Amino acid sequence: MREIVVLSGKGGTGKTSIVGSLAALAKDKVLADCDVDAADLHLLLKPSLKEKTEFWSGQTAVIDEEKCTRCGLCQELCRFDAIKDYTVDPVACEGCGFCFHICPVDAIAMEENLSGHWFIADTKYGPLVHARLGIAQENSGKLVAQVRQKARQIAQERNLDYILSDGPLGIGCPVISSLSGANAALLVTEPTLSGIHDLERVLGVCRHFGVTAEVCINKYDLNEENTRRIEGYCADQGISVAARIPFDNAVTEAMVRGKPVVEYASGRVSQEIEKLWDGISGIRS
Amino acid sequence: MIIAVASGKGGTGKTLVATSLALSLKDSRKVRLLDCDVEEPNAHIFLRPVITGKEAVCIQVPKVDEKKCTYCGKCAEVCAYNALAVLPDRVLVFPELCHGCGACSYLCPEEAISEQGRETGVVEWGNADGIEFVQGRLTVGEAMAPPVIRRVKEQADGNGVVIIDIPPGTSCPVVEAVKDSDFCLLVTEPTPFGLNDLVLAVETIRQLGIPCGVVLNRAGVGDNKVEEYCRKENIPIMLTIPLDTEIARLYSKGITLAEGMPQWRESFGQLFDSIKETVDERNRSLKR
Ligand code: SF4
Ligand code: SF4
Repeated sequence: MREIVVLSGKGGTGKTSIVGSLAALAKDKVLADCDVDAADLHLLLKPSLKEKTEFWSGQTAVIDEEKCTRCGLCQELCRFDAIKDYTVDPVACEGCGFCFHICPVDAIAMEENLSGHWFIADTKYGPLVHARLGIAQENSGKLVAQVRQKARQIAQERNLDYILSDGPLGIGCPVISSLSGANAALLVTEPTLSGIHDLERVLGVCRHFGVTAEVCINKYDLNEENTRRIEGYCADQGISVAARIPFDNAVTEAMVRGKPVVEYASGRVSQEIEKLWDGISGIRS
Repeated sequence: MIIAVASGKGGTGKTLVATSLALSLKDSRKVRLLDCDVEEPNAHIFLRPVITGKEAVCIQVPKVDEKKCTYCGKCAEVCAYNALAVLPDRVLVFPELCHGCGACSYLCPEEAISEQGRETGVVEWGNADGIEFVQGRLTVGEAMAPPVIRRVKEQADGNGVVIIDIPPGTSCPVVEAVKDSDFCLLVTEPTPFGLNDLVLAVETIRQLGIPCGVVLNRAGVGDNKVEEYCRKENIPIMLTIPLDTEIARLYSKGITLAEGMPQWRESFGQLFDSIKETVDERNRSLKR
């Protein structure tokens, strides 16, 4: 079984649209939406929900007004400035428990956080594990780990070849969590200066965690000079460019109809995405 | 006044809007732009600032003095993040897991723990053609963006207009970057993904009690569900930017609207005026 994570660093490069199409092309796989912060893959795959599970993670301090003697020690020691006027601001609280341990009259309790939900669903392309981080919650990395663990379990039980995962944006905690221990990463970029800058950073993270990466340049014809720059950069880095996909409004039209573009249009975009799937056979096996 | 520019979904053009707004205002007021998208900071690409200073962002992680340590296990017990493990003859510290809360060093009965800074990012500042510029950068391989964001946010004071480029999404880095703003602009596009992520972003911003308005980018593709949603939820669409190959081409080269198509400056000026009106109105009613 191989786990392939699709990342982009920067948003809006078309990562999820590409994952949706790869989902339609790949056989025998489980899909994992690790973009738990703003999950969109389900909009293309029309899942039917099988299982919904609460995700409890982390804690928040709560001060019992009756017991509190207003000594102010917690306020002074909390490094996250989460306590003001003897009440805890749940948004600022990191759940470290320092205040709980030092309160001289035991007025502080630590309460568990309901940080989100994760789901198992069926789609016509195979099983999908996805999640929804609660609004303004922390611990997205742990929720990603949960999604991956479940996806792996399903892949093992059903003897599937792949875990295809739609990764989170950025380079921080959830990205690291989606990447560590995966077999390969496909990095979707676009020929803009921002796209190039972010590609370099996300590639750095892949390197840091020893994950092999290949690149896909989406909307390559938006700026062919920048496309050549990306190709040059990848060549210097010894990274292969698996595909160049043209810009086409069909991608958005397919999204509006809730379909992967390869099932909506047969033009060049779809042909190039098919080539992409063949092109990454190296990191697929 | 602090204006946050956010987008649930990334890549909708929030940096384009933040930088264009800053450039359109800089001749008439004092403007400071803070790039809090510390995982992928991009505003510098559009503003090309001259960086004049920089400072490391450090997390205070524990350092155990083995001479004083009795391996009692207290530090590992109090650490909420499993950043310490006490063995019979050794204490293991996992610095990447440490949030720097300080509980272990304070609570160690033998005073065996001191702290040392571990660099997880940098804050840089400078000037971009009259705009005061500050950005944070999370070091590649580091997980925790909020401490870097917090440091950038410390520069959100002063008079004039502060514009903050917010990271994408709805989780802790977003909340850290948006909170204490006077207004939040949500940049989205008229597609199902754009709508889905806008709804999540609105929930987040409302939870923080910050008034918001929408900038609709790449109008002309997709459908009109974003407009329907905004009408239903009573969220003003404050600016519409069409899908335009010329704008996309300029963007790809790192050129803002205010620079590449100066006729847009007026629209951004008006955008600012309506934000200001909303904020003033709200401040007045809060006082009452
Ligand atoms: S748990 Fe930690 S972050 Fe939360 S209020 Fe207490 S000391 Fe502050
Ligand atoms: S400072 Fe806090 S988070 Fe870091 S090791 Fe000590 S108790 Fe754990």
